[in-house]
Amino acid sequence: MTTPSLRPILSLRGVSKSYGTTHVLDDISLDIEAGEVVVIVGFSGAGKSTLISLMCGLDQPDSGEVTFKGSKVTEPGPERMLVFQNYSLLPWLSALDNVALAVDQVFPGWSKEKRQTHIDRFINMVGLDHARDRKPAQLSGGMRQRVALARALATDPEVLLMDEPLSALDALTRATLQDGLERIARTSGKTIVLVTNDVDEAILLADRIIPLSAGPRATLGPEFPITIPRPRERRALNQMPEFRHVRTAVVDYLLSTKRGPRPAAAPAIAPLAVPSLEPAP
Amino acid sequence: MTSSPSSRFLSIEGLDKVFETPKGPTAIVKGFDLTLAEGEFVSIIGHSGCGKSTVLSIVAGLAESTNGAVILAGKEVLEAGPDRGVVFQAPCLLAWLTALANVQLGVDQVYPDKSRAERRDIAAHYLTLVGLGDSLHKRPAELSSGMRQRVGLARAFALSPRLLLLDEPFGMLDSLTRIELQDVLLELWAQDRKTALMVTHDVDEAVFLSDRVVMMTSGPEARVGEILTIPFERPRNRHDLMDSPAFYEMRERLVTFLEEQGHRPPPPAAAAPKAPKPRMSGLWGLIRPASRT
Repeated sequence: MTTPSLRPILSLRGVSKSYGTTHVLDDISLDIEAGEVVVIVGFSGAGKSTLISLMCGLDQPDSGEVTFKGSKVTEPGPERMLVFQNYSLLPWLSALDNVALAVDQVFPGWSKEKRQTHIDRFINMVGLDHARDRKPAQLSGGMRQRVALARALATDPEVLLMDEPLSALDALTRATLQDGLERIARTSGKTIVLVTNDVDEAILLADRIIPLSAGPRATLGPEFPITIPRPRERRALNQMPEFRHVRTAVVDYLLSTKRGPRPAAAPAIAPLAVPSLEPAP
Repeated sequence: MTSSPSSRFLSIEGLDKVFETPKGPTAIVKGFDLTLAEGEFVSIIGHSGCGKSTVLSIVAGLAESTNGAVILAGKEVLEAGPDRGVVFQAPCLLAWLTALANVQLGVDQVYPDKSRAERRDIAAHYLTLVGLGDSLHKRPAELSSGMRQRVGLARAFALSPRLLLLDEPFGMLDSLTRIELQDVLLELWAQDRKTALMVTHDVDEAVFLSDRVVMMTSGPEARVGEILTIPFERPRNRHDLMDSPAFYEMRERLVTFLEEQGHRPPPPAAAAPKAPKPRMSGLWGLIRPASRT
């Protein structure tokens, strides 16, 4: 258990949010420390994107409040950058220009050289040097997400918010980018909040995993601190008892929050004739 | 009609599938051999495009093999039929019918001499088994993607097929819903242990559900690479398995195979495209002269 700090960088207090008659999030409280990687895991449709939109300031809670370093979050700001699942790149700009646009917004006074060095650094960090002049349509899904990640990192946010950044990618690309994120989480020292439905991804990246119960009225469950030393290597995790235990515990918890359809126990319906007859020819 | 369980209930023999491509014929699958005993649950894993689904489609009778044969309970499979229940990646439900009506559609075909009430009961029974007892009258649009795939499972099982074919049944679901539905599938399957053949690329799913996992080499000319026997007793409990080192040994074996296949240099014939494009020349021939006039 992490002791609650007196000054969390990002804090949610009793946050609830509804859309129309759907009560999406219910009474969510969470303190995020500077420099930690918090991963929120939940079913799709549970309200994970809503939660991260509130942290970003794209939307406001109905009750409760979100604070960044003690001030109420009322709008998005460069200190809290969001990486979307669908990349949200400008299609008419090259990879380089997509990153440059964000850098110019956040650091308008920089000299030409400083600006260029900075942009190059982040394009290289995500391994896109060879594709810097390509437009999004000429990039694969994984490469587009790398651009989005470079763009977010290049603005040097204090908190990096990520909304299922890898969910739209195929398994192999996802694994490669997870390893890249692991490196960034370990070396950048950034505060990172990531939401995902992938428990393995969560264990690879997180200092703490916090499950979001199945909606509606989703709320945060008990936290799971991940003490596996970094760097973490996906193949090595397989052999670690801690990996197995956390994986099982998080999945068990999340499945238990699903109030919806559960396979009924056999006795309740078994008397009804199970057709054992041969189908007609 | 019950006889003693056959050790060669399903037999896939020397299966080849050749597609015509602009660069000449390409054998996507070549010399695929596999035998399933009655009541066995077997998964096929392999990289995308290796031809796993092609093999399943041929067994379903939805595609033709170029060479080789599929023999189910002593009879050669030549076309699709209700003795093989197929669960597709997308549940393919009719949007204007309720969950019950979607399942009953197939039941009506297979049990034409049962009364309407009996057929309804069969459909309702299987929907209840997959946890949709209180959503019988909902249409697909009112169901989540996980619930729609539950309908797909109920529909396949309700036909009481001799062989169950599952083509990446949970591939479109998020990883948690996938785990949830694996539990549902396993419970459903455990009721009468139908012989089942499943294609997946989810290693956990393969280990959790199967008696044997067939690892397919990367195409073209894909075939059976290795077969891993999963020794866990049934009934299986996900919680216990996920926590056991033995589960992760199996997982490791499969991941290692897939990585080796992924790094393997493509064979010389690999220049051909993985999936055959539909041949449009005939269509274009019709369109072009018209548009020119």
